[in-house]
Amino acid sequence: MSMIFGVPLAVLSGQLLIGIINGAFYALLSLGLAVIFGLLKIINFAHGAMYMLGAMVTVLMFNALGVSYWVALFMAPLLVGAFGVVIEYFLLRRIAGQDHIYSLLLTFGVALIIQGVLINWFGVSGLRYAMPDMFKGGINLGFMFMPYYRAWVIVAALLVCFGTWFVIEKTKLGAYLRAGTEDSQLMQGFGINVPLLISLTYGFGVALAAFAGVLAAPIYSVTPVMGSTTLIVVFAVVVIGGMGSIGGAIITGILMGVIEGLTKTFYPPASSAVIFLVMVLVLMFRPSGLFGKEA
Amino acid sequence: MDQSAKIADIHKSIVKEQAAQERKRLMLNAALLLLLLAAPFAIYPVFLMKILCFALFAVAFNLLFGFTGLLSFGHAAFLAAGGYTTGYLLSNYSGLSTELGIIAGTLAATFLGLGFALLSIRRQGIYFAMVTLALAQLVFFFFVQSEFTGGEDGMHGIPRGHLLGVIDLENNLSMYYFVLAVFIGCYLLVQRIVSSPYGQVLKAIKQNEPRAVSLGYNVDRYKVLAFVISAALAGLAGSMKSVVFQLASLNDAHWHMSGEVILMTLVGGMGTLLGPVIGATFVVNIEYHLSQGPLRDWVDPILGGVFVITVLAFRSGIVGEIQKFVRKNIG
Repeated sequence: MSMIFGVPLAVLSGQLLIGIINGAFYALLSLGLAVIFGLLKIINFAHGAMYMLGAMVTVLMFNALGVSYWVALFMAPLLVGAFGVVIEYFLLRRIAGQDHIYSLLLTFGVALIIQGVLINWFGVSGLRYAMPDMFKGGINLGFMFMPYYRAWVIVAALLVCFGTWFVIEKTKLGAYLRAGTEDSQLMQGFGINVPLLISLTYGFGVALAAFAGVLAAPIYSVTPVMGSTTLIVVFAVVVIGGMGSIGGAIITGILMGVIEGLTKTFYPPASSAVIFLVMVLVLMFRPSGLFGKEA
Repeated sequence: MDQSAKIADIHKSIVKEQAAQERKRLMLNAALLLLLLAAPFAIYPVFLMKILCFALFAVAFNLLFGFTGLLSFGHAAFLAAGGYTTGYLLSNYSGLSTELGIIAGTLAATFLGLGFALLSIRRQGIYFAMVTLALAQLVFFFFVQSEFTGGEDGMHGIPRGHLLGVIDLENNLSMYYFVLAVFIGCYLLVQRIVSSPYGQVLKAIKQNEPRAVSLGYNVDRYKVLAFVISAALAGLAGSMKSVVFQLASLNDAHWHMSGEVILMTLVGGMGTLLGPVIGATFVVNIEYHLSQGPLRDWVDPILGGVFVITVLAFRSGIVGEIQKFVRKNIG
């Protein structure tokens, strides 16, 4: 069996694959954060909770109503996105003119509520979600075994990331969004319904998190606390990449997943810390972030 | 009357008013002090010490958040660093007098704070919050994997020992007065810092950083110093907490704790001196009473609700709202 730096190729590529998948989740989540930040100028501390909600809703809809994975893939983001719109409309909007720190704290409080309520209902141990039948098994690539579902996660995450990038950079709606980022007052003057745009943006960003949650349901353990630790890692990813560009968020997310996977292969104890260490290095040598335009 | 006499007159009346205000504040503080001195005879001292430790933690946090405008989401790291260091030293070196253990814990948090500060001030606003949160998570992982912290189990049975080698701190009353003395000392220190010229610069940075820069202040140095002082006091709070409860656990290092201190400061009134103390009293009491009653499993969502309501309805916090009310109605 071929070895690379003393590690069997199959092990290395297996960890690399897991790294890319984790990276796909980081990319989806930081993309949602970046979209929300662009227009609302806030960091959504409830993002982890929304990711968790996406996964929980998938499991619960299956258990209660037998809703299939494919339906959940659309329904869960839709439901969570609608929930996000409600939160934006009834809570965030009321303090829109205040210091952005307050909206950040508000979303933190919302996250505490969501997570706390779900812990009470379901406990902290994981819920089970069966792998959809068509994804059972995998394919032997010669140097490694590729489970079908993992391949699907990568494809789906990349498609959604690319779709988001396309909508924001290439369509008229995206042009409105970008204009709103620059000067929302002026845009309001042109007759565009900015408050509606803000609600929808928050809903969309949150829906992206929920979509990641659905993807995660069959492979990670679904628990009410799954979002909070993930979110902190995603914050580090966002600091590393900067929220200036959509493409930057995607690339940084996947890159960090890969680095994490490699660390797990060569020096496992550091794998949970490595992204934070990269963040420290970036802060020391390139404080505005890899793709950041401003500090 | 000529111009200068008029000005002198106005000046005199301002001085008089200031003196009256100063007297009022002194009287308020004296009343509070009496209350705190008498409290352990009415209320269980360990509970009071818990409040004092968290009050100090919140006062420390408020120096950075309320007066300098920097939202750190990683202050749990300092609380834990102080607690673990003190706990480790007192557990492993019997005969070490307690205050030395506490000083060592405070120093550990101070240096950790310096590290955090130098990295995090390279970013502003919300990035600052995210960087401190991520750094604190790094520290959390370190504590989880380290041998000396006891990992998931934490440290138990930390001896309270003797203060200055003489006063037995196993006695709750002596322990209480020691904690009270440290708390009051730190409170006065923060009061002094805030009203000093240095504190004025911090407020200037909070209100308008670019202007402070253009006035020639080395803003980064001011921020780092404020961060380090805040971290040191937070570490001191953690050190004392570990001595009082004789345990140090991962709870103190968790992001949840960083959120709690934000809540205490916000509820009490950020940017006021007394606010964090009131806020800490409020939050510790809520947690205690809820954990005794039928709602004991709902502490977290209720705290989240308090967060949301405070942000939506009274952002100035309890003390801030009272100040506003007094200013409006009593003048």
